[in-house]
Amino acid sequence: MADFLQTLLNAVTIGSLLALVALGYTMVYGILKLINFAHSDVVVLGAWTSVTLAVVLLPRLGVGLEAGSIPPVWAGVLVLVLAMMICGGVGFLIERLAYKPIRKAPRLNALITAIGVSLLLQNVGQLQYTIIDNQSLETSGLMQERGTDARTIRLAQAIELEEGTQYAIRLYRIADIVRATEAIGHPEAEAWKRYVTERSALPSLGTLSDTRLRLSPRTIVPEVSGRFEAGSDIGIAQPIGRSETRDAVFELYAISPHPPLKLPFGAMPQRIPELLPQKTLVQHDFTTEIAQADGSVVRIEKPLRITLLDIVIVGTAVILMLLLELLVYRTKVGRAMRALSYNMETAQLMGIPVNRIVSLTFVIGAMLAAAAGFLYALKYTQIQQPAHTTWVLLGLKAFVAAVVGGIGNLRGAVVGGFLIAFIEQFGAYLGQQAGWQNSSAYTDVFAFVLLIIVLLVRPAGLFGSAVREKV
Amino acid sequence: MGEGLEQLSHVSDRAGVGAGMIPRWVAPCVVVAFAFVMYASGGFVGDYASRVMLDTGIMMIAAVSLTIVNGFTGQFSIGHAAFMAIGGYVSGWLTYYGLLATLGRTTDLGAEHGWLLLPAAIIGGLAAAGAGWLVGLPSLRLRGDYLAIVTLGFGEILRVLLQQTDRQRFSSQEMSEVGLLGLIVPPDVGGASGFESIPKLTNLAWVYLMVGAVILFAIRLKYSSYGRAMLAIREDEIAAESMGVNVTRMKVRAFMFAAFFAGVAGTLYAHQPGTLLRPADAGYARSFDIVIMVVMGGLGSISGATLAAIVVSLLNVGLLELADYGAMKWRMPIFALLLILIMIFRPQGLFGLREIWDFFRSRDRTGGGR
Repeated sequence: MADFLQTLLNAVTIGSLLALVALGYTMVYGILKLINFAHSDVVVLGAWTSVTLAVVLLPRLGVGLEAGSIPPVWAGVLVLVLAMMICGGVGFLIERLAYKPIRKAPRLNALITAIGVSLLLQNVGQLQYTIIDNQSLETSGLMQERGTDARTIRLAQAIELEEGTQYAIRLYRIADIVRATEAIGHPEAEAWKRYVTERSALPSLGTLSDTRLRLSPRTIVPEVSGRFEAGSDIGIAQPIGRSETRDAVFELYAISPHPPLKLPFGAMPQRIPELLPQKTLVQHDFTTEIAQADGSVVRIEKPLRITLLDIVIVGTAVILMLLLELLVYRTKVGRAMRALSYNMETAQLMGIPVNRIVSLTFVIGAMLAAAAGFLYALKYTQIQQPAHTTWVLLGLKAFVAAVVGGIGNLRGAVVGGFLIAFIEQFGAYLGQQAGWQNSSAYTDVFAFVLLIIVLLVRPAGLFGSAVREKV
Repeated sequence: MGEGLEQLSHVSDRAGVGAGMIPRWVAPCVVVAFAFVMYASGGFVGDYASRVMLDTGIMMIAAVSLTIVNGFTGQFSIGHAAFMAIGGYVSGWLTYYGLLATLGRTTDLGAEHGWLLLPAAIIGGLAAAGAGWLVGLPSLRLRGDYLAIVTLGFGEILRVLLQQTDRQRFSSQEMSEVGLLGLIVPPDVGGASGFESIPKLTNLAWVYLMVGAVILFAIRLKYSSYGRAMLAIREDEIAAESMGVNVTRMKVRAFMFAAFFAGVAGTLYAHQPGTLLRPADAGYARSFDIVIMVVMGGLGSISGATLAAIVVSLLNVGLLELADYGAMKWRMPIFALLLILIMIFRPQGLFGLREIWDFFRSRDRTGGGR
């Protein structure tokens, strides 16, 4: 029973995420007849923007779970709104720069462009630039005591060591520097070779502070604070082994307590800080009795937990869907959108500003995607790099949801999203019940089998109206 | 698609003289390919260069085969790597377990086992063609963009399924313990960790022989009645049907032809020295690589796809050379941007429907064609 209800709960939360993403696909398809392949990448952008904003903003704003700080829930709302705005802007740019020039082109070309935009977002997202670094280079110098374990480092320049700040040193072995600079034909190679043979003045590390040359980063706590002149030795808390100090130079970094800001996203998975207290709202323990072969009875207690997170995810999704419903069916702009999806040319003749409405559609779709990405990051905490298959599959499933519901139909997309989530979750659950061990590995397969069945039996989807192609 | 129609009429002009012309342009192709092979296998090229040429050749086969579906027939398949993976896994399974059972080893094979690649490639191709038939069938009812999603989904499903396969058996003793049925259901191809030590039978001669074969096949197909039916479907399905083209049958055939050669490419890839066949090879990333080549070269141009495969491979090599300056991370952003820019500024790709030889001959034939 507990398993069943837990599966139900999962299906509802995942379903609301899928529905949010599916709405974006269906809105764009309804108007432009274009599968916006880049939509799933906007979801990724939303998730990563949320994480970046949360990681960078929260410590600087003084937000935390401790007493006396701003409650993180409000920061969460701020992060959500900012992420939605940023993604809305990106959605606008995508439409203007990539899709608008090919709006009148054959649909195949539009599809290829969409794939191109998707690939571009995925791969640009993996490039990494550090906007604000949390490490700043203070000084460098030569490791002194050769042949013994080093307990001091000798400074090349005067520095001011502040109490309470963390410092770190990076060690570079000179032999490695010479080899690496020679291998890539670095302009500093000659200077380093001269240093090794003639022991002339130590060249500056400068641009050499490259990952390939790094031996080992070490965190050291200076034993003293205050101002130190060039050439003075300062003690370090942890002695550095002799093998590492022989003929090595070091760089001394100050590490700021604030995390670095790296853009666009990064190639490594990252965790989002806690924006919600982990609170269980409802907990009910189910007891199952399993009779063993020898007549004894084993009791297994399985709890069902409904957490605050689940409520927030479903609640946010439902609120956004209702807002969209209001916008599309109760406002003038919404009427213009519906008119465009019915017949773009006629709508234009009736004085509807086509470009503006199309842009607006993209912006709204991207904002919904950003919200879905934010909620996804909250749910799964660890989010993957932008081109990871989890994202691709999320996007594909949301598209399948839009098709199953009847593409172009808003309510259909929502129903489709929940349907896909239910089939996935209950497919895995029932498979487990029937003794199929790793049925949860096949959840992605269920979604596509459903897609193929729907396309074969009812190509227009559950709520779509069949459009006959005219000659 | 005014541009396309104009080009199509151009093609039918060409087709009128097609039969008589074949020796004139096939001969150079074959000679160049042959010379390339002789040069390559003569020991003049190093390991690195020959590896690049192997990769290029395999990508050429994949790109030309995808041209049959995406270019000639106008159906947009973005799951081509899945057919490659099927060919690779099926033929790899056969050669690996076959040699393990008969010789007891799959490495250090002498030159006398080289011929095994031919039946392996044919079987791999046939297996992929079977899969192409399976995918082609439901796709008959789908218009362009739905088909794209189905093929993409097919690749992803295959990837998930391949990840769930059993672990590989490494000795003939283990093989006899599991039995033949145990090796097949589910296939013991290593699951997520990949299919190791498939016999390394691929060499430059095989690859470029297959390149020649697929190019020749594609050229003959393009100017045959089949090819013209496919091009008609690409331009207007309803008009083609009313002209008596069996659209359904043609689409499925295009799928099967393309899948067959993708299976051949997959076989070559699986047996290539230094590769590990993994489930990810069926996924979308590799499929998109092939799509980029076909689109870049011009949807429907065989020489365009071939040239694009070479350009893309060389670009990869160039970026690899600059890897020390962090160039590799720019590879996909560059390709993606190229794809978008091509679609905006030159939607028909490098060559469009034309072939490279059309540029030299069209003037006297069609009276002032470009």
